Amino acid sequence: MDKPFAITLNIGSSLANHTGSWRNERPVYVNRLPPCNDACPAGEDVQGWLYEGEAGNYEQAWRNLVRDNPLPAIMGRICYHPCQTACNRAELDEAVGINSVERFLGDEAIKQNWQFNVTAAPTGKRILIIGSGPSGLSAAYHLALKGHSVTIRESAAAPGGMMRYGIPAYRLPREILDAEISRIVNMGVVIECNTKVENAEATFGEGFDAVFLAIGAHLGKRAFIPAGDTARILDAVSVLHMTADGQPPMLGRRVVVYGGGNTALDAARTARRLGAYEAIVVYRRTQEKMPAHEVELKEALDEGIVMRWLSTVSRVDEGSVTIEKMALDEKGFPQPTGEFENLDADSVILALGQEVDLSVINGMTEVNVDDGVVEVDGFLMTGRRGLFAGGDAVPGERTATNAIGHGKHAARAINSWLQDQSFVHADRPDLASFDRLNTWYYSDAPKTVRPKLDAARRASNFSEVVQGLDAETAVFEARRCLSCGNCFGCDNCFGVCPDNAVIKIESGKYEINLDYCKGCGICANECPCGAIDMELERS
Amino acid sequence: MSTPLKFYQVGSFAVGNRLLAEGQLSEQSHPDRTNSLTSGHRACQGCGEALGARYALDAAMAATDGKIVAVNATGCLEVFSTPYPETSWRLPWLHSLFGNAAAVATGVAAALRAQGKSDIRVIAQGGDGGTVDIGFGPLSGMFERNDDVLYICYDNEAYMNTGVQRSGATPPAARTNTTHAVGTNPGASFTQGKNLPVIAMAHGIPYVATATVADLHDLEAKVKKAMTYRGARYLHILVPCPLGWGSRSEETIQLARMATECGLFPVFEAEYGEVITTKKIRRQVPVEKYLKPQKRFAHLFGTNGHPELLQAIQAIADKNITKYQLLEADAQEQDTSKESSRG
Ligand SMILES: Cc1cc2nc3c(=O)[nH]c(=O)nc-3n(C[C@H](O)[C@H](O)[C@H](O)COP(=O)(O)OP(=O)(O)OC[C@H]3O[C@@H](n4cnc5c(N)ncnc54)[C@H](O)[C@@H]3O)c2cc1C
Ligand SMILES: Cc1ncc(C[n+]2csc(CCOP(=O)(O)OP(=O)(O)O)c2C)c(N)n1
Ligand code: SF4
Ligand code: SF4
Ligand SMILES: [Mg+2]
Repeated sequence: MDKPFAITLNIGSSLANHTGSWRNERPVYVNRLPPCNDACPAGEDVQGWLYEGEAGNYEQAWRNLVRDNPLPAIMGRICYHPCQTACNRAELDEAVGINSVERFLGDEAIKQNWQFNVTAAPTGKRILIIGSGPSGLSAAYHLALKGHSVTIRESAAAPGGMMRYGIPAYRLPREILDAEISRIVNMGVVIECNTKVENAEATFGEGFDAVFLAIGAHLGKRAFIPAGDTARILDAVSVLHMTADGQPPMLGRRVVVYGGGNTALDAARTARRLGAYEAIVVYRRTQEKMPAHEVELKEALDEGIVMRWLSTVSRVDEGSVTIEKMALDEKGFPQPTGEFENLDADSVILALGQEVDLSVINGMTEVNVDDGVVEVDGFLMTGRRGLFAGGDAVPGERTATNAIGHGKHAARAINSWLQDQSFVHADRPDLASFDRLNTWYYSDAPKTVRPKLDAARRASNFSEVVQGLDAETAVFEARRCLSCGNCFGCDNCFGVCPDNAVIKIESGKYEINLDYCKGCGICANECPCGAIDMELERS
Repeated sequence: MSTPLKFYQVGSFAVGNRLLAEGQLSEQSHPDRTNSLTSGHRACQGCGEALGARYALDAAMAATDGKIVAVNATGCLEVFSTPYPETSWRLPWLHSLFGNAAAVATGVAAALRAQGKSDIRVIAQGGDGGTVDIGFGPLSGMFERNDDVLYICYDNEAYMNTGVQRSGATPPAARTNTTHAVGTNPGASFTQGKNLPVIAMAHGIPYVATATVADLHDLEAKVKKAMTYRGARYLHILVPCPLGWGSRSEETIQLARMATECGLFPVFEAEYGEVITTKKIRRQVPVEKYLKPQKRFAHLFGTNGHPELLQAIQAIADKNITKYQLLEADAQEQDTSKESSRG
């Protein structure tokens, strides 16, 4: 008690004063669902793998990616990237080039020969997959990961479905396709080619515990068009299939393609590459109504493909077609005008959509078919217990990415079903919307544009059209990600708290010290990516 | 002054980033930073002054290997940090009077010099009232003598500790308890006020700078730079006050950011009386965007508002923008206007 004059108390630290008792609200770290993840039909954790990519951890980024989608090098080339359409960064400058980074990772994996590791013990369960398109391959991969023994039967000579026999090689080089399929085969998945399944029901008798129907939609839709005896009419699916087989059909020098989807554009672009100097796409509606994706239309136009909007093919003869002009009625539907025109054409390719060849389920009365596709429940099971279906053969958007998502979901459903578990859908966190971001903290940067091959050169051969990113630009592109709704270790909360109430354990790992947090909310307000919520204290 | 890293998510603006190299991180991003002003202090929720003081003193401690003595004028910063017998300070710290921090700091610097302890550096700090009003005489003397002290003014634009009275740094039209929002010219009058950074420059001292709690990298760099000079230095930091400004506690940093982005608070540094750098506006906003969230300016808005006063305030901002060349065509980024509401 030896204190100076007038001093009666020992010096103390304000740490004794727990200002946390002032608080009405407390900050809570959250993980929200980024819009890209939300939009990906294959359910990829885009933000999660970009996070690894940002640090240059390419292998880890790839491993995070393939948790959901085993075909990144393919996806990086042919996916219509709805993730980018949803990307929050588009509101700031331009969407993150997710697809090009995905492609870079996929290519890197092929270059480095990264493989899938199956760590699950064999379950002894046998699953048959009918069809080796993206949905079948995806299901096979996810089932093999779980330790099941998987056989794929494929009627064609080589696996891949429409990725091999529809999508042209200039968009998806076959060595890429082969590399990603063989990685799945390396997991022990058996693919039996040239093996058409005639009757799905019969396969249950062979001892398979579950069957996944992934047969796609391969029958080109026909339309009745009056035609002369010598008129040359082909369907797009066959043209593309034959071309993929190395035996392209004779198309002549002037080709008319009838239809407005991606298949029509692929057929027209293929015709150009096969030597036609003129390829005209005839479509009955307008450009706005065209189902083909904008990018593909642009690339087709760049290559000199000519579009005839609001026109139908009314007659085909040797060397010419007659088209009728259409006009939109008040409801926006095309109506015939009675105005005709002749176009020179050595052949006409019909690209009017595809139908599912349902002969494989003939006689299976429990399996319902509606509008030409197989009906499934929320877990992709058909009316026949144990028979699941996905991809183009069931209702939904017909894209490879969607088929991959179906394959994943079917695999999970089959896995639960085999273990006699009830099916459960995982909870989806709330969306990480743009208004939750504090965009001040992001530097503005233009998207790295993929250099494109010169349009003229591109049209004359089957080499790949869109070039990939190099490692340096891939890292830059990944770093443009805003990390919506998920902490990325910027230290802002730790820095901006006036009360030092945020504890930094390491970069990206923080805790709130509730003894001192006054609940001002600055940390939440200054969090760039909206990963902190303020929650009311219960009284 | 911020790291010239582009293409990073947050390279130049956030406190840290897991991808940045050690040398590019701010002092505040280090888990073992000094925390010169530690937890348990009694500042209001969201206090800009508490934040600014920790930012500045931690940077000074880092720059001098922890050899700092601080002298503190009376005001919120002193009152909320040291209710007897507690202290939040983790460095040698003296409380002077309201008006004589600069004089006391001069004395401390002289005593250290007499003892040959030239490695120990002195900082004086106070609020805007203690600096531009009552403490102005001693401060001007300290400048004039070029004493080896860094004086830091935490400007919250009024006498907050005694209940929000007008100071020489209170902006025009602001409502305080001595400038009520009544009459034809509600709030503080449109006078020149006391622009202390400019007055300090007029003394020709080695270093004068302004900063805000919204740009940590800039603030830290200026403190560190100030510690490289000997002689009188002056740093003026804008620190929003939720209580006095009538703003939401979570908006403290956002308001400081908007004060600079609208041009009302120019951020610059000067050497020996000459401006050497200015911080360019990145996403320009009209003054309304800065004023509207503050209740002290509420009388300017709404049906009985004062658009002519808003115009006059915008004119002040525009004048700053011209005088300090705050816009630079190529350095400025596009205001996307779609920017989120929290931007
Ligand atoms: C020209 C064209 C271009 C396209 N471009 C794109 C694109 O750029 N991006 C995109 O995302 N999507 C694109 N698509 C769509 C995409 O290819 C399909 O949505 C996707 O391939 C569907 O996958 P799937 O697994 O359901 O069926 P498929 O890929 O069609 O595979 C089904 C497989 O099952 C086999 N099979 C069928 N019946 C049997 C049977 N009874 N026994 C054994 N095997 C059988 C078939 O031979 C085939 O290999 C395109 C489609 C076409 C036609
Ligand atoms: C000589 C003297 N007059 C008046 C006071 C009362 N007083 C204490 S703090 C203060 C105002 C402080 O205002 P400012 O310097 O702006 O600091 P802030 O509290 O706003 O941070 C006043 C008037 C005093 N302590 N000493
Ligand atoms: S910024 Fe990143 S996390 Fe956000 S939507 Fe785009 S890719 Fe996804
Ligand atoms: S900034 Fe600090 S005091 Fe304010 S809410 Fe966050 S942790 Fe609490
Ligand atoms: Mg003050």
